[in-house]
Amino acid sequence: MSEKLLKPGTYFMMGNMACVEAALIAGCRFFAGYPITPSSEIFERASLRFPQVGGVAVEMEDELGSMAAIIGASYAGAKAMTATSGPGFSLMMENIGLAFIMEAPVVVVNVQRAGPSTGIPTLVGQGDVMQARWGSHGDLETIAYCPSSVQEFFDLTIKAFNTAERFRTPVFVLADQVVGMMWERLRVPQYEEIEVVERERLSPDMLGSRPPFDYSQDFNPMPIVGTGCRVNVDSLTHDERGYPTTDHAVSERMLSHLLGKIRNHAHEIWRWEEQMMDDAEIAVIAYGSTARSALKAVKTARSRGIRVGLVKLLTIWPFPDELIEKISQKVNAIVVPEINYGQLIHPVKEHAKCPVVGVNWAPGSLIEPHVIVDALEVIAA
Amino acid sequence: MRWEVRITGLGGQGAITAGHILGRAAVIYDGKEAVVTEGYSPYITGGWSRADVVIADEPIDYPLVTKLDALLTMYQEGLDTNLKLVKPQGFIITEKTMVNAAGAGGLRVFEVPALLIADRLGKRILLNVVMLGALVGFLGVVSPDAVKRALADRFPKAAELNRRAFDAGFEVASRLLRGGEVSEELIGEGEAI
Repeated sequence: MSEKLLKPGTYFMMGNMACVEAALIAGCRFFAGYPITPSSEIFERASLRFPQVGGVAVEMEDELGSMAAIIGASYAGAKAMTATSGPGFSLMMENIGLAFIMEAPVVVVNVQRAGPSTGIPTLVGQGDVMQARWGSHGDLETIAYCPSSVQEFFDLTIKAFNTAERFRTPVFVLADQVVGMMWERLRVPQYEEIEVVERERLSPDMLGSRPPFDYSQDFNPMPIVGTGCRVNVDSLTHDERGYPTTDHAVSERMLSHLLGKIRNHAHEIWRWEEQMMDDAEIAVIAYGSTARSALKAVKTARSRGIRVGLVKLLTIWPFPDELIEKISQKVNAIVVPEINYGQLIHPVKEHAKCPVVGVNWAPGSLIEPHVIVDALEVIAA
Repeated sequence: MRWEVRITGLGGQGAITAGHILGRAAVIYDGKEAVVTEGYSPYITGGWSRADVVIADEPIDYPLVTKLDALLTMYQEGLDTNLKLVKPQGFIITEKTMVNAAGAGGLRVFEVPALLIADRLGKRILLNVVMLGALVGFLGVVSPDAVKRALADRFPKAAELNRRAFDAGFEVASRLLRGGEVSEELIGEGEAI
């Protein structure tokens, strides 16, 4: 690996900066963006660091253009990323759908702030959970990781690139203002301990024996522009050769492939951590910075004799339905704290076999632990 | 154990920088855990700014401050607005000439003549480092060596001057904690700027 990458060791670093260092270690060499708080430090550091390792960081005219640029870079063979916050994420939606249907591996980091619209610059929110799932039109399966610490922001950014490359699809890192802007311990492992997935590429001589988009396969090697693969890549529903079609059967095959490659391998994508769940009668299910409040709340409630545990979701999309179902059969109630007025609670309710209670708090600040403790005491009583 | 500290000042005084140095020292050189978060008003120079530093022996769950063990302020409103966050057994460190600490309501207050010390050292920009030295002395949680190393990492060219400023602040804390006075000899030789 390049000598200019962040060396293994212990650092005291801001989450947004750790995200950039992780991207470089994961092999990302193209960044396109339009700055917005609380993600600005990502672009700022990318502008410094990408050129140092032979990469490119470019400021685009807007967020839609940023998405277009990273899709182009991806098809040119680069690992590519952008970073934004909710208002910019909204503007990217059209081309997020484009990356999905074109099967372009890209990473989009959204450091969430309070919304809707331009909301509160720059205070925390988790209001983009459903947008990350359903924000772009049509039937998509999306992948979203949620870090709750600087270390997780680093680790999950690398994971996001690996997942994007393996699944050939856009992957989101859904951070938030607290995690993005906090400074904390970061441990960079020895490089040989870090898994970095490289893209499978289509070579021109393979094109004689197989179509570029083989819908009978979950994963296809990617045709890279300029390597002799003369392949049509289209935003329209396309057949196995890449040509637009209105044929019902082909449309069915294409969508089944796009959705299936993620649904069939969701187990590979799911990441979560459980604490104090062994004898738990109540489970708190939390993600992002809220998981930090939830952990504190669980400890406090335990000290008051309430048997409660924490399930921290590092992957929220695809939704870990089997996990929630399993947990809900062990506990009497599930509590879902979120810095929004109720988003991830909906799929939790869909899959849980026990009562589910939301703790919602979104005035532009991190949920304070006592609010979760209050809910736990009511439920326990 | 968990300690919560707020360092606040006006934009340009170096409150956030002092917070970063303290957090870095705790994590990198003292092997503790620390989280630093920052906030500022919509101005660059002249508005309020603050660094919140949570330091702990074990992994930190909730990363924000709730009740302060220490409040360090370099402007009057910083005392007035944050007073309610200080624990009854907590303490307040003020810059002596910039803050009137009379209204601190029974809490322990340490007034540090940091501006005068910085001036005597020849650079008013050292204000935050003097205050940081005093904070480290009063808090007794992060080792002074760790903080001096973190300072030198961040400002290698000014390492010597920063060390002197830090030591002066630390010495003020030591004297005040022993019930002593901050004498002229401690403030240093030379004319104030």
